[in-house]
Amino acid sequence: MSSTNVTPSPIDEVIPDKRDKFSFTDYIGPAIIFLVFIGIWYLFSTIVLPDQKRFLLPTPHKVVTDGFFVWHSGERRGLQPILLSLWDSAKIALIGLSITIVVGMSLAVLMSSSRWLERATWPYLVAIQSAPVLALTPLIRALIDGTQTQRLLVVVLIAMFPIVSNTLFGLLSADKSQHELFTLQGASKWTRLVKLQFPAALPNIFVGLRISAGLAVIGAVVGDFYFRQGGVVGIGAQIDVYRNRLWGAELITAIILASTLGLVVFLFFGWVSRRAIGKWHIINRGH
Amino acid sequence: MTFDEGTKALDNVSLSINAGEFVTVVGPSGCGKSTLLRIASNLEANTGGTCTIDRNSIGYVFQDATLMPWRTVARNVELIAELHKLNKSERQKLAAEAIDLVGLNGFEDKYPRQLSGGMRMRASLARSLVMKPKVFLFDEPFGALDEITRERLNDELLRLFQHEGFAGLFITHSITEAVYMSTKVLVMSARPGKIIATFDVPFAYPRTHDLRYEPEFGELCGKISHALRGAHE
Repeated sequence: MSSTNVTPSPIDEVIPDKRDKFSFTDYIGPAIIFLVFIGIWYLFSTIVLPDQKRFLLPTPHKVVTDGFFVWHSGERRGLQPILLSLWDSAKIALIGLSITIVVGMSLAVLMSSSRWLERATWPYLVAIQSAPVLALTPLIRALIDGTQTQRLLVVVLIAMFPIVSNTLFGLLSADKSQHELFTLQGASKWTRLVKLQFPAALPNIFVGLRISAGLAVIGAVVGDFYFRQGGVVGIGAQIDVYRNRLWGAELITAIILASTLGLVVFLFFGWVSRRAIGKWHIINRGH
Repeated sequence: MTFDEGTKALDNVSLSINAGEFVTVVGPSGCGKSTLLRIASNLEANTGGTCTIDRNSIGYVFQDATLMPWRTVARNVELIAELHKLNKSERQKLAAEAIDLVGLNGFEDKYPRQLSGGMRMRASLARSLVMKPKVFLFDEPFGALDEITRERLNDELLRLFQHEGFAGLFITHSITEAVYMSTKVLVMSARPGKIIATFDVPFAYPRTHDLRYEPEFGELCGKISHALRGAHE
């Protein structure tokens, strides 16, 4: 019986590789929106706003010359102090995000392994997510010492939810039959987690990461507003100072750079995601 | 076998399969065919009766290919060896052999999304073959494939069956597939699942495509079809 010759029959074709490729046309859309945005900005700062309010919104070229092209002037004006503040906030955002990732993903793993724990913790996660940080600041100030710790806590509170919910959703997304394959081999819970659930969760984890990364930057800026001390302050505190002193060009420069930080972090995780799962993750656009 | 909610899925089902035997079960949807496999593989605990099987040496082929999309063909085929904690060089050697057996050479580094349905099923077969199980359980593995691919994979599986000499328990909806593959065909009725007819298939292996058009083949299919109609009533 075992002497039969095994000659496999001819095989059907491999499905051709069709992936999203970036092309020149992908940049035209954003460029058009940018020009429209600049146009509207000019419209407001030169025509729409009444004369006495125009100092609030300097024209784009004034922002470039007074905000971006002045390196240092006085104690707080110029690009250098803005960049120092930005770096200070970026550090808080990144450390906070790292804490969020470790804590959030561990929590999701625990929740995925126990229906009871999932039920027990879910309402509180939603509560943290929906509680306005502004309302929590007095409590944070009273309970925790140290500006840096307070700022980190704000970041963690704001960025936590998307990581937990997306990781949990991903961990629970593996097929029943895939689970049964592991059951049949007597795989341990740990093996199942590492070799099945975690890889299956990666696309969702990256979605959560991108959202949380953006939120971590927001959290850092918001934290700066409420928790600051002498010396170099975060970009949020810096923005608050510019607002108080009615320094429009510096204010807008700081806002643009803070948004850029959020964008850079978002793009970075998009890049990591493509590197990590781009080869196998299927994107369906329906056309 | 009775489920928690009281549905009796299997009643008085008795069968034994030896090495070199390929037994196929046909029956209406929901008659408990799959339950039979799930009890045999211990995915479901039986509530009565006995089941004697070498559980350390089961190959289970699911309805869908159940490949891990994040693993290449080669890494997918290695999976079960990996779960049995074989070392890397050993797994790679076994996987290469299995890939060779199902004719997927040259596709080792492709991801499942790049493969057609038939090729995914081949990869799935190769994965079950790696540990050279003595018992193979097939839960309608080719049900979702087109006719031609299905026939090709039937031939493929028969070659593997002759090569490895395992004991096979195969579930299908297709009478032709059942007769073509098996040494024995069982017909089940629904609620509770009972074996209402047993047919020995007399054709010698290796079987070839043309067997499907022999009068004796057609006659046997007719008898089974008749029994199945009885099962539906």
